[in-house]
Amino acid sequence: MSSAPLPVAINTFREAVRDRVLYNLIFFALLMIGAAILVGQISIGIERLVIVNLGLSAISLFGLVMAIFIGVGLVSKEMEKRTLYSLLAKPIHRWEFLVGKYAGLVLTLAVNTSFMTLGLAAALFYVGRPFVKSDALILVAVYFILLELALVTALALFFSCFSSPMLSTLFTLGIYITGVFAGEIREFGEFTKSPAVKVVMRVLYYLVPNFHNFNAIAAAAHGETIPLSLIAQNTLYAALYVALLLVAASAVFSNRNLK
Amino acid sequence: MSDPAIEIRGLTKDYPVGFWRKRMRRSLDNLTLQVEEGEIFGFLGPNGAGKTTTLKLLIGLIFPTAGTARIRGRSIDDVQMHSEIGYLPEQPYFYDYLTARELLDYYGRFTHYSKAERRERVARLLDRVGLADAADLQLRKYSKGMLQRAGIAQAILHDPQVVFLDEPMSGLDPVGRREVRDIILDLKKNGRTVFFSTHILSDAEMLCDRVAVLAGGRLQGVGAPEEIMSLEVHAMDILFEPRAGRVLPAVLADRVTHIGGRCHIAVPEAELYAALDELKNCDAKILSVSPVRPTLEDYFLRLVGNERPVSHAVEVTTR
Repeated sequence: MSSAPLPVAINTFREAVRDRVLYNLIFFALLMIGAAILVGQISIGIERLVIVNLGLSAISLFGLVMAIFIGVGLVSKEMEKRTLYSLLAKPIHRWEFLVGKYAGLVLTLAVNTSFMTLGLAAALFYVGRPFVKSDALILVAVYFILLELALVTALALFFSCFSSPMLSTLFTLGIYITGVFAGEIREFGEFTKSPAVKVVMRVLYYLVPNFHNFNAIAAAAHGETIPLSLIAQNTLYAALYVALLLVAASAVFSNRNLK
Repeated sequence: MSDPAIEIRGLTKDYPVGFWRKRMRRSLDNLTLQVEEGEIFGFLGPNGAGKTTTLKLLIGLIFPTAGTARIRGRSIDDVQMHSEIGYLPEQPYFYDYLTARELLDYYGRFTHYSKAERRERVARLLDRVGLADAADLQLRKYSKGMLQRAGIAQAILHDPQVVFLDEPMSGLDPVGRREVRDIILDLKKNGRTVFFSTHILSDAEMLCDRVAVLAGGRLQGVGAPEEIMSLEVHAMDILFEPRAGRVLPAVLADRVTHIGGRCHIAVPEAELYAALDELKNCDAKILSVSPVRPTLEDYFLRLVGNERPVSHAVEVTTR
């Protein structure tokens, strides 16, 4: 395996840090502090439910915004600013550049998510609830969020290889929202009487990544069990989807003229 | 016999244009060229002639519509060939959140150098291009000229055999230009091949073993600068200070250009001595006499039959 993507990944991470992308953590911290103080005053017995729900939702939302808005610029920004020219004159394949950029953003998202998870743990600690075994579910939910973000990043990267940042944002966001409602799409396809709509819904269900399965926020908040098989299934599903998207992105980008 | 440094055969590039992208515009037309090892080769032409297109094709940033090229015997499709080339893009722009030292270290990671070698080489090159004092300053604080120097450093960082420089003097002050010229000559001294594009005739005259001239996407000629460009003297330029109260003869006065307290006059070479005699008779102080050479623009105008070369290549096909 080539080592060329590694420096690209490190540089992408460094860019995020130096461009103060991780400043979003401050907003998250403020949100958690505010929520913890408020919950401590008004709710009795449901502190955990509220804090976990709010914290995980915020982790997911903050991550999504980063994955989409930085993801669509991963390639286009390098082309627009022509920083790519000097880099591609070095012995590096275009696919290596893409994999490096992708890995760099996923690393950024992982670091960001880890800090936010620590913030969530601190908020739980503040409301005076001792940690229990079922809190491990929060980590599973965070892991699912990370898988989801990895998939969204791959989608954003794929679109940015052939369309403008604005269109890439719309495409990625559109597919994400469709994917969140994957279950509803399948059900609609089953209940509809129109054969054409049935086919369209089925194709859509199988084509669009199923983000519905990655949402374990409610389960974590209520302390419900998350089966190991779902963890394995989601991991494999995300890995395959990401691999497919990266291969497709590389195929498109490797033949693109850089004007 | 060793392979030529650069071998270009029938390289052509069309770009789709228009809303439906069905019309094609030819940016480079059937370019065939060979550059030998150790040469300094100038690639001349006005803006829009196809120089940058050629360089981008050779680097693999864009793909040819037709034709092939090889660098030191290896196809331009072969990415590993890039370990033997260096490239300075036109008006380079780099990751502005990095310092010059970090930038060069980053590019150095794609070479065979160890960490220690990289550190030593980066420091040496920063010194070589005059950026030692600004090595730890973020590139967003760099001037255009400083970015150009950083660009040259990254192009020669891994000691490549063939160096491509797209308008290397652009944005540099006179000191910077001289330093770049010295770097190019140093590269030649060390047996490297330098292929650089420029639209400045004097750079090419001063440095190049051979030049190629491109206009409207087509090759107009290849050869030594003195062969390719007729450097016959068009006229002689006399710079002088007129004596106060003395009137110049009408034959000269009509052609004089006043700049501050000084005057210029351009006379045909055959009339030089007569003009100098006239000026002497008027007690004018002669400051300099220099030949007026044709500019590159003159050369192009002559090449294309007194029609200015198109600044953008022509539309060639309709699908």
